[in-house]
Amino acid sequence: MSLESPLLEIDPLLDDPKTRIIVCCGSGGVGKTTTAAALGLRAAERGRTAVVLTIDPARRLAQSMGLTELDNTPREVAGIDRSAGGSLHAMMLDMKRTFDEVVVQHSDPARARAILENPFYQSLSAGFAGTQEYMAMEKLGQLQARGSWDLIVVDTPPSRSALDFLDAPKRLGSFLDGRFIKLLTAPAKVGGRAGVKFLNLGMSMMTGTLSKVMGAGLLRDVQTFVAAMDTMFGGFRTRADATYRLLQAPGTAFLVVAAPERDALREAAYFVERLAAEDMPLAGMVLNRVHGSEADRLTAERAVAAAEALEDAVAEAEAGGEDAGSGGSGGADGPGAENPDGAGIVDLPPGKAELEASDAERTGRAGHGGADTPADAQERTELLAAALLRLHAERMQVVARERRTRERFVSVHPEVPMVDVTALPGDVHDLAGLREIGLRLGGGQPAAA
Amino acid sequence: MTGKGGTGKTTVAAALALALAAEGRRVLLCEVEERQGIAQLFETEALPYEERRIASASGGGEVHALAIDAELAMLDYLDMFYKLGRAGRALKKLGAIDFATTVAPGLRDVLLTGKVCEAVRRKDGAGWPVYDAVVLDAPPTGRITRFLNVNDEVAGLAKVGPIHHQAQAVMRVLKSPQTAIHLVTLLEEMPVQETMDGVAELRAAGLPVGAVIVNMVRPVLLGDAELAEVAAAQVGGNGKRRAAVAKALSQAGLGGARRGGVAERLVEPLFAQAHEHAQRVVLEREQRAEIAGLGLPVRELELLGDGVDLGGLYRLADSLRRQAVAVPPPHGPVPEDGPDLAEAAAADAREAAQAGTDEQPPGDG
Repeated sequence: MSLESPLLEIDPLLDDPKTRIIVCCGSGGVGKTTTAAALGLRAAERGRTAVVLTIDPARRLAQSMGLTELDNTPREVAGIDRSAGGSLHAMMLDMKRTFDEVVVQHSDPARARAILENPFYQSLSAGFAGTQEYMAMEKLGQLQARGSWDLIVVDTPPSRSALDFLDAPKRLGSFLDGRFIKLLTAPAKVGGRAGVKFLNLGMSMMTGTLSKVMGAGLLRDVQTFVAAMDTMFGGFRTRADATYRLLQAPGTAFLVVAAPERDALREAAYFVERLAAEDMPLAGMVLNRVHGSEADRLTAERAVAAAEALEDAVAEAEAGGEDAGSGGSGGADGPGAENPDGAGIVDLPPGKAELEASDAERTGRAGHGGADTPADAQERTELLAAALLRLHAERMQVVARERRTRERFVSVHPEVPMVDVTALPGDVHDLAGLREIGLRLGGGQPAAA
Repeated sequence: MTGKGGTGKTTVAAALALALAAEGRRVLLCEVEERQGIAQLFETEALPYEERRIASASGGGEVHALAIDAELAMLDYLDMFYKLGRAGRALKKLGAIDFATTVAPGLRDVLLTGKVCEAVRRKDGAGWPVYDAVVLDAPPTGRITRFLNVNDEVAGLAKVGPIHHQAQAVMRVLKSPQTAIHLVTLLEEMPVQETMDGVAELRAAGLPVGAVIVNMVRPVLLGDAELAEVAAAQVGGNGKRRAAVAKALSQAGLGGARRGGVAERLVEPLFAQAHEHAQRVVLEREQRAEIAGLGLPVRELELLGDGVDLGGLYRLADSLRRQAVAVPPPHGPVPEDGPDLAEAAAADAREAAQAGTDEQPPGDG
């Protein structure tokens, strides 16, 4: 008996007008961005006015949505089916620009310029571990406040530690409340020597030490920066808290994206637990790149045994040379040469250019004779059948492995609804591909290969 | 060792450390992202901020591991250069350490890379390097150049002073030929694209790029002729051919070949699976060609189906040793193949350990 989770029904979630924000989270490399884009597209084509906020999309995926430039504003995606009355916008997060916008919006021009030109700010806005998370949340708050969309789908940054974006408001808070900030701001605010008397001796020793460690120039930059930002900090914090509450609100749905691999599911389990601990509404899990087989009644073991039987038959026929009745020693019920013309195969189709250019590692397997005798053709058929069986055996092993990995997760989190998205052979980089993913997310059968 | 998220860079870093530790060498494996990935791989408890032996290799070789924590590295640094034992702790209480390590990005990276370089340069009492090689499980490809190029990062912040000196000392080690930055990728479009971008950025920054390691390579199970056939096959196409395959399956004992028979019903799904496989192989060959265009040494590691356990890690290490992920010489890539690659790797390991012998401890000036 395999363990089953409840099915995550994506379409009702997308169609429900009360669903206002969908947050896709998960570890790197599991198809999070693609999932977010596919959800946005599906929602739009089902009638929602949707916007997708992506963090770092693959170039071709971005192009497929018309995101050729990083201008930090949502752009309408062309080429979608608008017959249901929906629309789709998409944007890529530019964290430096988002930060700049916040600064400009919340301080007077002179102060804004002082901040933007401060070397400390420049470094902070470009590379601060966590800035991306703050800014993604900031942007989400902005998009939500604009009120132009009834559904916002958010991709989350590939965080160093999972769910950093949830910590962002708290971290910002504890940082701003820190005594250190006050210490830093004090001398700059009060100005020069006069400030010193507000500091006790211990503290001035600290600034001395800091100055020694960091270099006086750096300390001064930090101080001016903190002083200039001081007025903004309050607003930062208020908005960060507001975004955090927005995430907890009933209109928000978190989707944990994973792949049926041990590490990805371990991360997913962590996400699930963490979201619960933060009272964040988890809608369920999207399991990407799941493998299945239409021929799953044929086990890997039987497929391998049959492949061996066919290969043995060919080997024996070759060893037997001119021996007649080449097909006779095959499988258990091998009827042998009952149908001499059954293998009257046409020539193999010409190989694709890519295939021809390949390394010749395995060419020994499939003999390319000049003139095809029926026996040659039959051998080729048998070898092809054997290869198909070995491929199937490998597929079945993958299916079994994925099932085990998944069951491990389900036994710990049986309550989490899940939807499988079967693996596509290649990467997705056009709307048709996203639509196909959307179909699989919605539980529809994938189009036949 | 860097790579896009999900490519298995921690696994490959660990395998490389094991490979380098063979034949009695001592290797330090570091992580900097506070993920405890090394402990998980080696199936041990969480690593503290302390070097400890976590694995042995052939001939008495040892892998030591260290999870570098930026805050502790900061205190370490203050202690080492300023003898700030108690004052350092006071700073921590004030939130200053937290501030310096989480808020100021350049500073954090200087501390992390600084600790790694310190391990590279460390000598024992007799003046021999303590480690023959140091392997760093670095941040992902998207952030690697900024992470390693600390000098540029802090240049705008600290123009003089100890942090400035520390950054310069770190850069001297990182830009020397004793360093090699390897990139882990998969044969998929996004990771390969990120690898191409990463290599371009590293090269532009003058950082020494090592090899590209293609991880989780899946076997190609069809010969070229078969691939060509199934790649061109249409659903339900070529009935005669399918009938012949059905017959072969039936001969192999998989049921009746008649229309509707068990073997006959297998044909379509088997062809569909093979078609997918062929599509994947074509895509993978395109990605391989992209990677080859970089002109870097390329190594491949097979996909370990059941995930990487300790045994799998040793197998990957063995595979790397056979392929010898070598540090390229300063001018141009290493030759692709050769009889003495393992020896070359060993020589590289010895060289790597001698990095930065002329460095002075920073902060004296």
